[in-house]
Order: sequence, then C-alpha cells, then structure tokens
Amino acid sequence: MKSPESETLHPIRLSRRRFVQGLAAGGVIASTPSMLQANEQSRQTIRGTAPELSGKVIELEVAQSPVNFTGSSRLATTINGSIPAPTLRLREGDEVIIKVTNRLSVPTSIHWHGIILPYQMDGVPGISFKGIAPGETFTYQFKLQQSGTYWYHSHSGFQEMTGMYGALIIEPRSKEIIQADRDHVVLLSDWTDDDPMAVFGKLKVQGDIYNFNQPTVSDFFKDVSTLGVSAALDKRQMWNQMRMSPTDLADLSSSAITYLMNGTTPAGNWAGTFKPGERVRLRYINGSSNTFYDVRIPGLKMSVVQADGQNVKPVSVDEFRFGPGETYDVIVEPKQQAYTVFAQSMDRTGFARGTLSVAAGLTAPVPKLDPVEWLAMKDMMGKMDHGSMAKDTMDHGSMNHGGMAMDHSKHGMMQSDKNALAKPSQKVNHAKTEYGPSVDMRVDMPRTNLDDPGIGLRDNGRHVLTLADLHSLDGIIDDQRTPVREIELHLTGNMERYSWSIDGLEFGESTPVAMKQGERIRIILQNDTMMTHPMHLHGMWSDLESDDGTLRVRRHTIQVQPAQRISFLTTPHDLGRWAWHCHLLFHMDAGMFREVVVS
Amino acid sequence: MKITQHITFAITLSTIISAPMASAQEHDMHSGHDMSGMQSANKEMDHSDHDMSPMQSSNKEMDHSNMTGMDHGSMTGSMQPQGGDAPINARDPHAYSSGFTLSQGPYSQAGPRQLKLADEHSFWAVLGDRLEYDPDSESTVFDLQSWYGTTFHRLVIKAEGDIADGSLEEMQADVLYSQALDGYFDTQLGVRLDQNEKGTDRQWLAVSLQGLAPYWFEVDISAYLGEDARTALAMEAEYELLFTQRLVLQSRAELSAYGKEDLDNGIGAGLTNGEIGMRLRYEVSRQFAPYLGIEWRRSFADTADLIRKTSGTVEDTEFVVGLKFWF
Repeated sequence: MKSPESETLHPIRLSRRRFVQGLAAGGVIASTPSMLQANEQSRQTIRGTAPELSGKVIELEVAQSPVNFTGSSRLATTINGSIPAPTLRLREGDEVIIKVTNRLSVPTSIHWHGIILPYQMDGVPGISFKGIAPGETFTYQFKLQQSGTYWYHSHSGFQEMTGMYGALIIEPRSKEIIQADRDHVVLLSDWTDDDPMAVFGKLKVQGDIYNFNQPTVSDFFKDVSTLGVSAALDKRQMWNQMRMSPTDLADLSSSAITYLMNGTTPAGNWAGTFKPGERVRLRYINGSSNTFYDVRIPGLKMSVVQADGQNVKPVSVDEFRFGPGETYDVIVEPKQQAYTVFAQSMDRTGFARGTLSVAAGLTAPVPKLDPVEWLAMKDMMGKMDHGSMAKDTMDHGSMNHGGMAMDHSKHGMMQSDKNALAKPSQKVNHAKTEYGPSVDMRVDMPRTNLDDPGIGLRDNGRHVLTLADLHSLDGIIDDQRTPVREIELHLTGNMERYSWSIDGLEFGESTPVAMKQGERIRIILQNDTMMTHPMHLHGMWSDLESDDGTLRVRRHTIQVQPAQRISFLTTPHDLGRWAWHCHLLFHMDAGMFREVVVS
Repeated sequence: MKITQHITFAITLSTIISAPMASAQEHDMHSGHDMSGMQSANKEMDHSDHDMSPMQSSNKEMDHSNMTGMDHGSMTGSMQPQGGDAPINARDPHAYSSGFTLSQGPYSQAGPRQLKLADEHSFWAVLGDRLEYDPDSESTVFDLQSWYGTTFHRLVIKAEGDIADGSLEEMQADVLYSQALDGYFDTQLGVRLDQNEKGTDRQWLAVSLQGLAPYWFEVDISAYLGEDARTALAMEAEYELLFTQRLVLQSRAELSAYGKEDLDNGIGAGLTNGEIGMRLRYEVSRQFAPYLGIEWRRSFADTADLIRKTSGTVEDTEFVVGLKFWF
C-alpha cells in the first residue's frame, strides 16, 4: 500500500475539520412520516442506514426534513423522512406499484436509475411526464425485467443533491448466482449546506472557486529544485498557454461539501456488521451529485461481481473508482475484527468513511488521503505515443470507412458495407459547434484504451479496477448484431465560463437524438474536456465495447475519462423520449444533456 | 456605432491580440506532435519517449506518411486544441435528430417546453476588483464590475472612480452589452459615461474586448468614440501569482490614450497615463480578500505637460490598502 495507514484522521485545521468530518450524530433529526417509525430499522434511519421497504406496492412521500451534518441545521428534501431514502427490495418479474406523494411546495419526481420500463414511468419531468405537482400522488407502475443493485432519485432541479436518493434492489426471480451470507448497501453521497443553485451561481462567476489545490509559486520552485528550470517550465507550459488547470479534478471540493456513507458523516462512522468467515456482499451505489469516489477497504480484497446491476465475471481488486450514477457489487470475506471502508473523493480533499466490524462501535485505522496528482498530458491530448497513433491511423481502410460512416449517418445507413461497422470508427469528427465560445478544448487524438484507472490511481501500488476488467456474464450476449449505424457525440465544456455541453451545444440549443425501436446502434462518446463524465443513458442499456469492437460489459452509466473516446452499442427497445446526460448534477444542469426519441 | 462596426472592430482587436497567440499556440501544438517540446515535460513523457524510439525507427517511413496524411487530410486546420474555425466538413450536431426538436416530434410533452436547465437561466454577479484607500492622498478608488445574463450574453457595467473629501471626484462608467466571442473572450458594445467634478462630463460610445489571454492574463481593451470626434483607447491587464492557496499577488497595468486634447479635463492628445500596481491579498474566502498594495502612476506626453503647468505631479508612487470581493 502506497500511503501508510495512520491511527488518526488526516490532519485538518480545526474549524475545517468539523466541516469535513461532519457531526458524529449527523443526519435527519426529525423525520415526519410516522408509518416508518414503527419498526426497529426506522430508528437507525436517523443514523443513516436506510429502512427497507419491499413488496409489490410501495408508498413514498417526498417532504422537507431538517438535517444537521456540519453543525448547521438545514432543510433537506427527503423520501419518507430519511437520508438515504428507504431501500426498496423488489423482485424480478413483479409488476410493482409505487405511489409517490409530493408534500413539497414545488414539483418533484422520482427516476428509477437503470431500470428498463415504459418511458412514461421513467420520471424525468418535461420528457417522460409532467412531474408530480405539490399535493399530488403519482402512481408508477411497471414490470421489473431485470435484477441487481440499482437506485432511485429525484430528477427535478437539485432535489437529488439535497437528499432524494435511495437504493433499489431487485432480487432475481430464479436462483441468485452471487452467494453471500450477508448483504449491506453502501450508498455514497455528498451534502452541501449551501443552496445548490447558489453554489452553481458561484461556479458561473469563478469556475475554480472550490479548488484549493491550484499550482502555486512554491510548487514551481519545488519542481525547479527536483526537475530543473526548463523541465519545471515545460511542465506548466501547456496548461498556462491553454488556460487550463492541471488540478481541475472536481468542481466542488470539501470546502463546499461533506461526504456521506449511508447518510453518515466520516465522524459519524457508518457501521456494517459481519461474523468472521462470512461472505459479505456490499452493494456500492454512488448516489452523490458531484463526487467521483475511489473506494477501498484496507486489508480486504474486493471481488467485483456486479456492475450497474449486471453480473460480471468476478474480478478481485483493491480499489475502484466510480462516478455518480454507477453501482458496483463486491464480495468481501472479512476475518479480522474491524475494517475501514474508505472512499476518498477524486480531488483528494475529503472522504466518506464507515466501518465493517464484528460489532457496532469498533473502528479500524483510517488511511490518509492520497496526494493530489496533476492531470497528465494524456488527459489533455489523448494518445501521446506515436507508435500507437501510427498503428491506429495507418489503417487507411478503417479510416476511410469511418469517414464514410459519418457522412452517411444522416441518410439512414449503408447496408452495403457492414464490415465498416464491425469496429468503432477512429476518425475524430468534431461538430461545427465545437469551435465556439462554449468549448475550451478539443481532442484530435483521443485514447481508446479502457485499461486506465484514471488520474490519481495510476501506479498507486494497488490493483485498481478498470473498465477493461469488466466482462458481463449475461445480457450483453443476447444481441450480437452488428450495429446499423454509428452516432458520434463529443462531451464538451468551458471551465472558465462554467458551461457544459455535448458537441458544444447546451441542452436548450440541442435537438434530440432519434433512434428506431429495436435497431442496434453504436454510440461513440469522445471526451473533449479534462474532467471525467459519468454518462447515463435512460431507458436502454449501454453495452460497452473495446476499440476492436469486442463487447465487454453492460452498463447504464459509463464514465468517460478526459481525452478518451469510448464506444458502446445499444438497442432502444422501448418507445418514447428519454434523457441522456452527465450524472454530475451540475454538468447535467449546465447543459450536458440530450434527449433521445425512440420511434 | 453600428453592429457591423462593432463586429469589425472586435474582430480587428481580437485578431491583433489573439492572432500571434493562436499562431504561437498552433505552432507549439505541432511541435508538440513532434514531441520536441514535450520530451522533458515530465518523467512520464520521458518514459514514453524511451518506449517510442525503437518503434519510431522500425516504423519510420510509416510514421512519416501517416503524419503527412493526417496533417494534410480532412483534419487540416483542426489540429489545434482551442479556438479556430470549423472545417467545412465538420459534423452537423443536429444530424441525428431526424428533424425532431425538444418540443416537436413523436412523444413530446404537450404545451410549451417544460424542461429548462441552467443554460437557459440568467445569473448575476458584482465583482469588486479594487476598493482601496490611499492614506497619503486620503482618497478612495473603486473599480467594480457587475453583470447579469446567461453564459454567452450579458449586460455588463464597469465603474471606476475616485472619491476624495467625501465626494466623487471622477467616475467612468461603461454600460455594455457583452457577447461571447470565443472560449475566453467577450466583445462588448455600449456607452461610457464620464463624470468629472472639476472638469466636463463626457459621453462616449464604447467597444471592448475582455477576457483571459493565454498564460492567464486578464485583459480588457476598450476603444471609445465621443462628441466632436473625440477618441480614446484604454488597456488593462492583470496577472496573478499564487504563493499559497490564499496568498495571492496581483500585478496590474493600465494604459490610456486620447486622440484629441481635452483641456477641461486636463488631458492631452496621445498617450495620457499609465499605472503599474502590485497587490498582495489574503483570501479569507475566494470572495473576500483584503490586500496591501503599491502603485506607480505616471502621466505622459502632452498630458504630463499640462500637469506640469499647473505644478502637479507627473509621477507618483502610492501605498494602498484595499479589499477585493465579489458576490
């Protein structure tokens, strides 16, 4: 392990400490609905672990509840008065009815993240339905066609960021192939005491307002002494010339947010119990609005068995990174008394933390935060070595075909040359609208490899999960058709203006992406920004493939790293309009959002 | 001034400012492909460079043909990571829509479009770059800017002035419509209103180019056209050095020129005055930062002569205390 474990928490100045660590007793301090207060689990709600609801008929109530995570009392938006919202444990094949009553003074909604259902039940106001008006009850009704770990959250304004998220577990109809003696939901989220819209407004004025790891004069002199003057200058040259920050790793840092595990602050130390020798299944859900988490349990290997609810070939890792919207199920076999579940934020300004132990109240050492690492040249420029570039672009055949595929994409598609679509095209096609004020950079030589754990995790001495490690066991193999066409979209932004978009067009300027029901389509997402974006396509699966066209893993949310070009296949099986967006809530709201029409 | 003139002027200005930078950038980018400029960038680069050399020698010919193909193929002109013009064959971002829009086409919600995100909202801010007191002259200087609008279209008000003995000695206020020009620069068109307690008030048409230049220089360049064919030019640049995350040194330079003398206001034709200042601030928060500063000011040419005639000071160095803030 790279960083030494320490008994004490990362040293932080006292005033900040309480903010970052949160209150030990932080959480919902007065939840309203009495129906939940009846059983023992609901008393734990206050500490964080969500109560569980199951059956075919579920009733949920959205209301404001006071919370106190940092020493300041605030109003949260909650479902049934808890953060996280109740864990729904449903059964594959069941037709479920979920009645959601809005007790807020503004409209609300609930989106079932990753669930295949009719578009009217998808819960995106303005796209799938009108939203749930104050005082109204909306009845969601759909048949569960899948199993695994999912989650649900509000899709209205910034309600998700103020507390509206919960786990959704669907038990398989047939036998569960993942054998475990015990099961814990580990839902990671983030909380801000400020009004999210005010926070967003501040980022509009100063995009780096929350970044306190910016390059300084003393960093420069440190580099001068270790690397020499010219190397120290060279290291900064490109960044300064392009007006980009090498430490722009997150829009919101611990100076604005408190990191939560199952609604519990790091000081609160969420506790999950086990008996030694048990196989424990941890259902990790990233329900945060702004935070990529790097998760590990010092002393324990995690066997990843499910990604986004889909079973994968088990892969044993020390650590994984996941962004808002993604889920991973892992199996651990703890033998000691206590282990720390450690989830540091990607920008290394804070962490969520809990303890797995044989009895509540035990603690284990909490690791230090890893140092902040500068984004590398490959995060800005993509492919940096000529060898691989030459290899990829030398193939004139595939280059030409790629070009053709693009040219013809508007007309329907070329049935004649199917081989051209056997592999994702490598030729970069920037949109016309990527040359305007909404875009601060474009990548001309993107990297297409999937085996990069990402900035801050490269060569850290731990085995970190990458997308290349994931192989679906089922689902993805159901549809081996060659795609009939290719859709290329570029993820774009301008950090200085705090604008986020796709192809340089924010949502309001965009037109929908039209798909035909049942067709097999390849989607290429190229990230022309220096941040990682978890892209979530509603209503259909995203079957990730490698750059040689081999299907890998079925996801509902795929993170695209800076200067990376990934491709996935999808089959839009359900008619209607669907949302497609970056699941970093502020990026979504800034306009990194598309509508999809399946007709 | 008509819009077309505004645009022409803005383009001229931006060309003057960004052309050498853009070409330098392009050049660097290309040299970047050669890796010559990057080899020593960091260890990682050095490493890949090592890996590369055998490959390069084995693929030498292919590399060359390939690079040539790329540079002169359809990507010509686009191999520049920022700015630039879209090549003719650039992708149409609406090509996948089948003619549908957010409010029209199958399965769209009835009525006016309901889902509007922050890109369609207006925001506002008030930024106090300088609010400072000079104990020697017992005067207060303010330099404020505020804006209201969306990401790319804003109303901008810039106000700068002196207060001495409790009254406003002079103030210049620019009221501008601001439109994003490229990723980092805005063009602005509007009016400038001067108030001079001891002189004559003036009104001007104003056109500005404001933004962030490569290497993090905040730049604001304005040209003015007033009554009686008066013209003026003002340039301002700022650069910040972070000693720590909170201790920041701001360097600042300002230069003004007038086309015609304005004796009422003590202004001669030509270069009139310049300022260079350094301000060391401590950011209690990013929005609230008190500072100490030193500023050197000088009047030039005819303006300096006018001042000498009234036995005023042509050159001056001042210490200031102030506050930088925004909300």
